[in-house]
Amino acid sequence: MAKEQGIGAAVKRKEDLRFITGSGRYTDDLNQPGQLYAAFLRSPYARADILDIRSEEAEALEGVVAVLTGVQMAEDGLGDLPCGWQVKQKDGSDMVSAPHPPLAVQAVNYVGEPYGIVVADSIATALQAAELVTTEFRELDPIVDLVLATDSERIHADVARNLAYDWELGDAEATDAAMQRAAHVTRIEITNNRLIPNAMEPRAALGIYEAATEEHTLYTTSQNPHLERLVLSAFVQIAPEHKLRVIAPDVGGGFGSKIFIYAEETAVLWAARRVGRPVKWTASRSEAFLADAHGRDHLTTVELGLDAQNNFVALRVSTRANLGAYLSTFGSSVPTYLYGTLMAGQYRTPNIHVEVSGVYTNTSPVDAYRGAGRPEATYVVERVVETAARELGVDPADLRRKNMIPPDAFPYETPVALVYDTGNYEASLDKALALADYVAIAERKAEAAGRGKRRGIGLACYIEACGLAPSKLAIALGAGVGLYESGEIRVNPTGNVTVFTGSHSHGQGHETTFAQVVADRLGVEFDAVEVVHGDTGRVEFGLGTYGSRSIAVGGSALCRAADKIIAKGSRIAAHMLEAELEDIDFADGQFQVRDSNRSLSLGEVAFASYVPADYPEDLEPGLSEKAFYDPENFTYPAGTHIAEVEVDVDTGVVELVSFIAVDDFGHVINPMIVEGQVHGGVVQGVGQALLEHGIYDDQGQLQTGSYMDYCMPRADDVPDLVVDATVTPCPHNPLGVKGCGEAGAIGAPAAVINAVVDALGTNDISMPATPEKVWRALQG
Amino acid sequence: MVALPQKVNRANLLRSRWGSEVEQTGEYSVAADRSAVWTGLNDPEVLARCIEGCQSVSKVSDDVFEASVKAKVGPVRATFSAAIALTDIDPPSSYLINVAVKGGPAGFAKGSAEVILEEADGYTVLRYRVAANVGGKLAQIGSRLVDSAARKMADSFFAAFEREFEGQDRRADGASGNSR
Repeated sequence: MAKEQGIGAAVKRKEDLRFITGSGRYTDDLNQPGQLYAAFLRSPYARADILDIRSEEAEALEGVVAVLTGVQMAEDGLGDLPCGWQVKQKDGSDMVSAPHPPLAVQAVNYVGEPYGIVVADSIATALQAAELVTTEFRELDPIVDLVLATDSERIHADVARNLAYDWELGDAEATDAAMQRAAHVTRIEITNNRLIPNAMEPRAALGIYEAATEEHTLYTTSQNPHLERLVLSAFVQIAPEHKLRVIAPDVGGGFGSKIFIYAEETAVLWAARRVGRPVKWTASRSEAFLADAHGRDHLTTVELGLDAQNNFVALRVSTRANLGAYLSTFGSSVPTYLYGTLMAGQYRTPNIHVEVSGVYTNTSPVDAYRGAGRPEATYVVERVVETAARELGVDPADLRRKNMIPPDAFPYETPVALVYDTGNYEASLDKALALADYVAIAERKAEAAGRGKRRGIGLACYIEACGLAPSKLAIALGAGVGLYESGEIRVNPTGNVTVFTGSHSHGQGHETTFAQVVADRLGVEFDAVEVVHGDTGRVEFGLGTYGSRSIAVGGSALCRAADKIIAKGSRIAAHMLEAELEDIDFADGQFQVRDSNRSLSLGEVAFASYVPADYPEDLEPGLSEKAFYDPENFTYPAGTHIAEVEVDVDTGVVELVSFIAVDDFGHVINPMIVEGQVHGGVVQGVGQALLEHGIYDDQGQLQTGSYMDYCMPRADDVPDLVVDATVTPCPHNPLGVKGCGEAGAIGAPAAVINAVVDALGTNDISMPATPEKVWRALQG
Repeated sequence: MVALPQKVNRANLLRSRWGSEVEQTGEYSVAADRSAVWTGLNDPEVLARCIEGCQSVSKVSDDVFEASVKAKVGPVRATFSAAIALTDIDPPSSYLINVAVKGGPAGFAKGSAEVILEEADGYTVLRYRVAANVGGKLAQIGSRLVDSAARKMADSFFAAFEREFEGQDRRADGASGNSR
């Protein structure tokens, strides 16, 4: 086997040829005979009752096939879009989940909420017909402000104070007591700005219904097609699972926003059945801004108590999380179990209490966006630690080091429900400080001052819980599904290998990484391994890709399946080589009788298994194995990110001049892909810190609804990134891997803002640190 | 041709904080006497000729109009239907125009304009102050363009409105401006 393409090798991504030559197959590239096109009727109001929808004129337009509304969808018996994670409140009661019909029936609750679908023979006709539908609304005062929302009118009849839940984690009493005893308490208020995901490929769906077989097929831009099928069957009840196939072909980025089960995809499939012809919809960028689930949007007060020796003794966090108008698929879990559980950070803070109010507002639903809760947690912890260091006049790196969980303390149980399995936080801190030439920052500041610039340096020592997730634990905490992963390996009769994974690749490079893993384990050529994913008709089951789980959980499932292949192959080889099973060794693709020169290749064994002439009596033919892998713990990637900025005092422009990421992802399968993942994450984190902000005005109108007003990072907003690593292998999965997809977006915002604070000398700055805000801060 | 005193023709942005609220004032001089201006402003046919992109204006009652206007605000193009109600009418010197504009998927605007006519020497000065909210696509992708679009529409309206009177009084002198 070619080791240069196995685990640890920087193999070029096999998927890139089709991506960069325009031969990828995305949902919008697919067409069906007789296909129709959909356009959605969307609310222009943030909060209104629907009084009347008049569609006669639209229906009369040539080429229009149907105008369907939420009323008809409800008449057809389709159910609500569920929230997949049940959060328990402080008092033990369930969170309050408001009904969420895919198409609004009586009321609309955010601008862009769909309440109808127009189906026509061209996109232009569908859009024109949508303009001809006249809808009478009764406008109501929208509830937009996150603070005022809990004292405002009810958005949903059953939700008092617009509060989905009031949740807590940790020991409140012990934390209060420790805080009182603290020698110093640092208290800050933090805004975590709302982000709009902006995957390069907008969401799209192509629904197909075969009346003769009652088979439904949905091609869609999903990060987890099996979950989509499960929810559409079990909850929305559009079709039973065995009559529904969901296919997510090439998908151009997700960042979380394509995990969720949305109205539009559901409506497209339903409409296809209603009209008896395939229906396709591809979101415009404007629709994506309005109707993709947004990210973040927290208001937080955090207090850190330290003793006289500067040991952290207590951390108290109180957060208001904006959940938007409805609970999106995982919207409830992001500000709770993916957030509160990370408040220990890398530190041995003994007392921690977190409380989170999940609040409904008349804005787009908020759910997971790259990092999902963990960037918010890291921002809280690393901003308050940085502030404490400044207040106490100690070096921020020293204060962190002093309080870090030492490498010999693992496994380490935090006060907020996690058990960190392994890590060496000081190692990554030291490496990052060395790369940053931290000791010479004063000279660089002086040099910058000579050029009229203020230079600052900022650290973020982050931790994340990835590899979601141990099913029993997740279900005990409210998850509606298990969080294992499936993998299947088919060794074909001619010896090449087809791999089926329940993970989904939408830019992460699984077709390469997973092929490396299987090639390495089975000792076959990298090019002899094909990875299949994203099709419920081909892959048995899966839970998809999010939470940096693919290699840690999906990759581990494939290792298990490979072990089964080797075990069965060994029995076949033992029979064929007339040896005892115990004497068969497998290495480099060869089954060998120990201490002999008798061996068979995997290909030979595979052929024998499909042409079983000389074959064990008690063994089934074929060489295909599947495995489900349920992790026993999360994985805990961690590291130190260091940003250095220069602020132009005349204009307030912040230039990011250096960014260093030292991450511990455990073992790495493909360092080039990992570096690419870190790059992408860091740039998104820099976008949050300096540029991006989803803003609603007080009427609930999205003011940042296009690239004119929503500023995405570009290549010239970031310097060459320095990416390095330390390694403590994950002790509980077969590859020793932790996951790398979100780290950049988790560490970067805190590192960049800490650097801006250092440069400005004031803590009074919020994300995004736009030139206007920075300039105002400079004026004092 | 009589030389007119210096005229002011402009719309001023009062407030366009970053949001869906727009506030604007404007001041235009029209070379006609006040009662003629007042009559013109209440004549659906005159209005239909003067509003750029106007498809129709109909008078539902003395103080209620309906209009259909094709307009473009930045990237948003649509046919907007407007329901116009006049209140606080004090002929020929002032009224309040209440407008609700709907453009389907293009969004909506609603607001009111206070209009005051003052007689000057040989012409009439019209002052208005408009406050409006926009929503939907107009707010999403057009909000920063609403002001300039509204200003452009006002300029275009008054230019055309003034030509209405030039046509009556000085048809022969080849007044400046384009015919529609």
